[in-house]
Parts: sequence; structure tokens; C-alpha cells
Amino acid sequence: MSLLSNTSVLLRKELRTEFRSRELLTTTIVFVLIMIVLFSFNLNPTAEESRRFGPGLLWLAFLFAASLMLQSCFVREQNNDTLSALRLSVSDPFAIFLSKLCANTIFLLLTELLLLPIFVVLYNVPLLGVFPQLVLVFSLGSLGLSVTGTAVSAISAQARMRELLLPLLLLPLWIPLLLPAKEATAELLAENPVLRWDWVAILIVFDIIFLTAVWLFGEYLLEE
Amino acid sequence: MTQAETRGIALRLGLRLENIDKRYGGLYALRRVSLEIAPGECVALAGRNGSGKTTLLRIAAQLVRPSAGKLVFSPVQTETERAARNTGFVAHATMVYDELTAEENLLLFARLLEIPEPARRVESLLRDVGLYERRDSLVRTFSRGMRQRVAIARALLHEPSVLLLDEPGTGLDPQGVSWLAETLRGLRDAGSTILMSLHGESEISALATRAIRLDAGAVVADTQTGASLRSILTFANA
Repeated sequence: MSLLSNTSVLLRKELRTEFRSRELLTTTIVFVLIMIVLFSFNLNPTAEESRRFGPGLLWLAFLFAASLMLQSCFVREQNNDTLSALRLSVSDPFAIFLSKLCANTIFLLLTELLLLPIFVVLYNVPLLGVFPQLVLVFSLGSLGLSVTGTAVSAISAQARMRELLLPLLLLPLWIPLLLPAKEATAELLAENPVLRWDWVAILIVFDIIFLTAVWLFGEYLLEE
Repeated sequence: MTQAETRGIALRLGLRLENIDKRYGGLYALRRVSLEIAPGECVALAGRNGSGKTTLLRIAAQLVRPSAGKLVFSPVQTETERAARNTGFVAHATMVYDELTAEENLLLFARLLEIPEPARRVESLLRDVGLYERRDSLVRTFSRGMRQRVAIARALLHEPSVLLLDEPGTGLDPQGVSWLAETLRGLRDAGSTILMSLHGESEISALATRAIRLDAGAVVADTQTGASLRSILTFANA
């Protein structure tokens, strides 16, 4: 119970500070928007090309946006050494991870859903019929990005050249996630859309593996 | 007067550091430090800048893992996790969120520490530190001294058994120092174990019943007698 109550208290703090400053959300949304628009203007894709390349471009944009968003995840806790205060206060250090993980997933999913209508307009891909399935794929993908990203952010926050280190560590780690997320999205954007459960299953397995790893070793990542 | 002062600290904790080494690369921050601090003792830690005071306090708070040696709490069966949650720590940094108000900060930590009736405890502490009128202001709008008051209030929220203070008077005005000395006296008399790094003599150092001097990461003096205690503290000011 302590883990859940600690996580809920910390998650409310994460949401309150972000919605008060809007630093992360604003920069990430603007970043993804610029990427989607730039891709669209450069490629000027037809409907068929959008179906072929759109999902890949979309997930690449999400990947870069996530690496931008996760950069400050633990760095913000170091400014006033608040991470030490949290470590002395929580009954289970996993609550610190869990709250950041939930917050990052929410922010990422919010960014993706806010930019989806713009993607639909620029790439001329109808998504209304598959919206619930798309939300499922986006949720699993965002969770995977956040689990790995939150863990690596904790490691890189204590390193010199952390701005460089985070994407260097994260992008290769995200390759096994990018493929099923892109393929599952592509199947949903096809002329005859279908939710491919094999790709969804890979996303679920990816999320479970990394969640378990963070649960087991997360405490060590928080140490100085 | 805090609840701890009236009824005494529920869990009396002492700590023992056994042959502690802390290395950062090839540099020793602490070298074979062995100390035993009894429950209820109030210890002043003195030494020049870089002598290892902060590292020692962070190891005692279990925020930094020693390179060698171990930290043991007494009674010996006390779990380290329980000891950590019974520790109050005031560091160089304020350890509070700039983008939250003073009240939100204290409520956050009170809820994490599962303090009963957190709102009432927070209100009482905000009045004690003289920030009740500014409770709705963001901490980033506060002066250094006001931030230090919030930091001290955060550390005292759960009336800790062990209080670790790294130069706690930093930024405080004379009234603030007097208030802090009075509060620490109450906690010491109630049975809290206090370990604080200080520079020079003050109302706060007068509370110490023992003084330890560190030099280059090693304990070079440890005394409980009045005259020696003063000499250790004044040396730190040199």
C-alpha cells in the first residue's frame, strides 16, 4: 500500500509542477510538430506513400521527442538535491521511478494524441475508425519509451556530458520497440486496417521485461 | 513546543561508523573513520572546507554508500530502511522544490512520510518557522534564509530520531538562528540524536555535548569537555 500511496503522491507532484510550468509539454509538442511538418513539406507524400512511410516518421518523431522530454526527468531533481529528500522519505524507492514513469507516459501520450489530428491533415490518412486500437499501440509504445527512458535518465543525470549520453544510450535500446510499434501502426493505417496482436504482444513483452528490470535494480540507479 | 519535546522521541537511535572509507576516483574523502554516536547525543562536526564533513553526513543519512566499512544503527536490530525514514537531513542544497509553494512542499513530504494529520503538522511547522503568511508563495520567490527555514521545517516534519545538519545556520538571520537553536535544544532534550557540521561558535554550537574535528577525511580530535570542545569549534573558524 505504501508503494501505491507514495507513487500517487509523487505523481500528483509531477503533474502539478509540469502543468504549472508547462516547460516539458510545450517544448516537446512544438518539437514533434516541427518534425511532422518538416517531413510533410520535404516529402509531400501521396496517400499511398503516407501509409508506407507515415508510421515510421511518426514513431521517429516520438522517439526524438521522448529523448528530449526525458533529458530533464532526473536532472530537475538534482537542482536542489530533492532526489535525496525523496529517498529519505519514501518507503520504497521504486515509488520514485514509478511516479516518474507514469508522468512521462502521460506526457508522451498526451503529446502523441494532441498531434495526431495534425498528422491526419498533413498526411491525409483517415484514422477515426481505428482510433481506439491506435491509442492501445501508442500507450504500449509510450510506456516502453518511458520505462527505458526513465531508467537511463537516472543513470545519465549523474554523468558528465549527460545531454550527449542520454540519446546515445537510449536510441539503440529503443530499436526493439520501434519496430513493433511502427509495424502495428502501419497495419492500422493500411487500406484494410487490422490490429496485429503479434506486434502488440512484442510491445507488451518489451514493457514487462524493462519494468521488471527497473523494479529489481532501480534502487541502485538512484544512489550517488 | 513539538510533540517530540513533550512526549520524547518514540524511537531512540544511535549510529556507529566502522572503518569508513569513501573514495571518489583516487581521492579519499574519508579515510578509516570510526565513530560511535549514542542515542540522544548532540555532536558538532568541525573541520576546514573539504575535510569530509558533508560526505560523513551523507553516509550517515544513507544517501552515499561508503567505499569500505559499514554504518550500523543501534539498537542493532533497527533496519536501515526504518532508520532512513527516521532521519532528518538538512543539506547545503535546500532539498525542496522551487516550483511548489512552501505549504505544497511540506505537505508532499509529510504525505510521503505518512505523518498523521499532515495538514495540521504542516500548519504548525509553518507557524514555527515564521512562514505561515507566505505559505502560498512559490519557494523560488523566497530569499536564501526563507528557503533554509523551509528546508529545516522539511527535515523536522516527522520529528526524526536522528537529525543530520550540514551547516544549518546558512542564510538564517539572528532570529532564525535563535529559533533553530531553541528547536534543536527541544529535540536534543527529547532524545533525538543530532550530528551537525558547523563553522565556529554560535547559539547552535553551544548545544553540542561533543565535538569532532575532521582533517583530510580523518578524525583528528574527539572531545566532550568544555574547553577542548570550544577549541575544536574555533579552530574550524580559522
